[in-house]
Amino acid sequence: MAVTDAPRIVTSRLDYDDSHTLERYLATGGYEGLRKALTMTPEAVSHEVDAVSLLGRGGAGFPAGRKWSMLRKAPTSYLVVNGDESEPATFKDHLLVERDPHQLVEGIVIAAYALQVTTVFLYIRGEFALGLERATAAVNDAYGHGALGRDIFGSGFSLDVVVHPGAGAYICGEETALLESLEGKRGFPRIKPPYFPAAIGLYGEPTVVNNVETLSNLPWILVHGSEAFTALGEGRSTGTRLFALAGHVQRPGVYEVEMVKTTFRDLIYAPVLGGGIPGGRELKAFIPGGASAPWFGPDQVDLPLGQDEVGNAGSMLGSGSVVVMDDATCSVRAAWRITRFFWRESCGQCTPCREGSGWLEKILRRVEDGQGRESDLELLMDISDNLAPGVSWPPQQTTICVLGSSIPSSIASAIRMFRDEFLLHIKDGACPFGSHGGGSHG
Amino acid sequence: MTEQHLHPEVMARAREIVALYPHPRSALIPLCHLAQEQDGWLRPEAMAEIAELVGVTAAEVLGTATFYDMLKTEEVGTYVVAVCTNIACMLRGAYELLDHAESTLGTRTGSTTADGVFTLEDAECLADCGRAPCLQVNHRFFGDVTAESFDRLVAELRAGSLDDTVPPHGTLVRIRRDGGLRVDESSLAAERTAAATAMAERAAAAGTDAKAGG
Repeated sequence: MAVTDAPRIVTSRLDYDDSHTLERYLATGGYEGLRKALTMTPEAVSHEVDAVSLLGRGGAGFPAGRKWSMLRKAPTSYLVVNGDESEPATFKDHLLVERDPHQLVEGIVIAAYALQVTTVFLYIRGEFALGLERATAAVNDAYGHGALGRDIFGSGFSLDVVVHPGAGAYICGEETALLESLEGKRGFPRIKPPYFPAAIGLYGEPTVVNNVETLSNLPWILVHGSEAFTALGEGRSTGTRLFALAGHVQRPGVYEVEMVKTTFRDLIYAPVLGGGIPGGRELKAFIPGGASAPWFGPDQVDLPLGQDEVGNAGSMLGSGSVVVMDDATCSVRAAWRITRFFWRESCGQCTPCREGSGWLEKILRRVEDGQGRESDLELLMDISDNLAPGVSWPPQQTTICVLGSSIPSSIASAIRMFRDEFLLHIKDGACPFGSHGGGSHG
Repeated sequence: MTEQHLHPEVMARAREIVALYPHPRSALIPLCHLAQEQDGWLRPEAMAEIAELVGVTAAEVLGTATFYDMLKTEEVGTYVVAVCTNIACMLRGAYELLDHAESTLGTRTGSTTADGVFTLEDAECLADCGRAPCLQVNHRFFGDVTAESFDRLVAELRAGSLDDTVPPHGTLVRIRRDGGLRVDESSLAAERTAAATAMAERAAAAGTDAKAGG
């Protein structure tokens, strides 16, 4: 086991019950990173962030420094914070917004200073009522403390932050859909190019969209320096990362671990982390990076938690969620539920996704219910091929955004790994894992 | 002039929210939340007034609102109980919990109890998977839910003993923004110039160190 003694970069205050208050934040070194940043030039701050290879923690893993460097120079530009966390089994930003909102606010001001933007929109998932209240209180307190508003800490730099509630739509985590939503519209992803809002973003102006966890790293980086950060992890995957561990483990939860030095085995089995699988059961499969990611089996459990390492193995670290399934899990049912999610959350703009997701859900449902046919396997793969030609990894796209091309991941994984299980459902006319609750809810 | 549907104090808050954004339409979703706080759901009369406030048609407000799960264009109960059934919760018994919820509340998923108190929903991932199976009541989290704890929760909601933690449906954020309304553009421009001058002075005073980020 290699659970390292890496420092806790973004979760250092979570042992305190009052971790969300300004008092606790100031008593634990809060706003020191911002004070340091304000003594530097904006370019130097950007350089510092570029130097640490801070890969975006939202899902795509794009380096934050490079994203910043692409911001088109214009009289008006924006920073938008993506706090619309809704990827299934991802619950780390929820924790950061609720439990350490000042750390996020400080990260926001540092980023805004580096980018020289004067208005920030903090878009938080609407379902996070407590998170929205904590973020609003933190923003209020930050204004009172002089960390927001006019002439921050006497530096001459001024900034406004507006906390903006979402209203329940997974697709708004896609950054161009988020911008549409922030403009008061349906959350329809925008056609690319332009690929990055850094060219044309909110209200058509250059915009940087950063994830909550990404920005929450900035105060520590400013205080401790880029070398301390790059000393952690390996290759491009530097620092620590939050992993949201869910499903069949003794201790589901959010864990901050050093990248690459920690493996999936550590995360799932280490007593201080997941604590293993309950009930003496065995690992059947795990999803390494959100519902959009292809599944892994027990033979891949020793892979390191690194972006490139997981990418080269045919999946992705994605949003940092790991779903563990034990050997009593029905793979058809798991694939069905994930597909049902995509069907419900498809925005409906593109035909392959809007129609395909529903067909796939219905076919998987009938296989699970024992009404499937042998030709259904081929049919599932054929529809998948219309969503992501070749059903390869990374997927090809036939839709405006990657939601559509993500749908086949779980289906193709389940069929590849557990084909016999599908056939058994069809042959026996029933789920071999027995009846489940929820028969009437499909 | 016809009578306003949104109460004067709600209208005043609505105008404050509109003023936070460079383009009024950005306030559309926050104003829908505000209207739900007043009415519990999004009434057509409210949508018409929101349309006026943000400069679009009522149809555009409706068209936007229907995209979002949290904005209810039909009446819902005082308590909207959303049971997560996505993968992480399903693996830990969410559908069994949903079956139990239906029998306790005596209503089907997607409908409201006859007394108008509870609406039961089957939700997508609510991002509290460390405490799966989880649910929300009016967007307040309850985790590690069992059949027994569900029944207790329902009894407590009926008795009103959770009124402090779970406000009626529609009330999302009970903390009001009280700092830093928008800085006007001319003072921003002046501050930017002053900041650039100050920065140049600091850089000159610190020599090359400042450039290296020290």
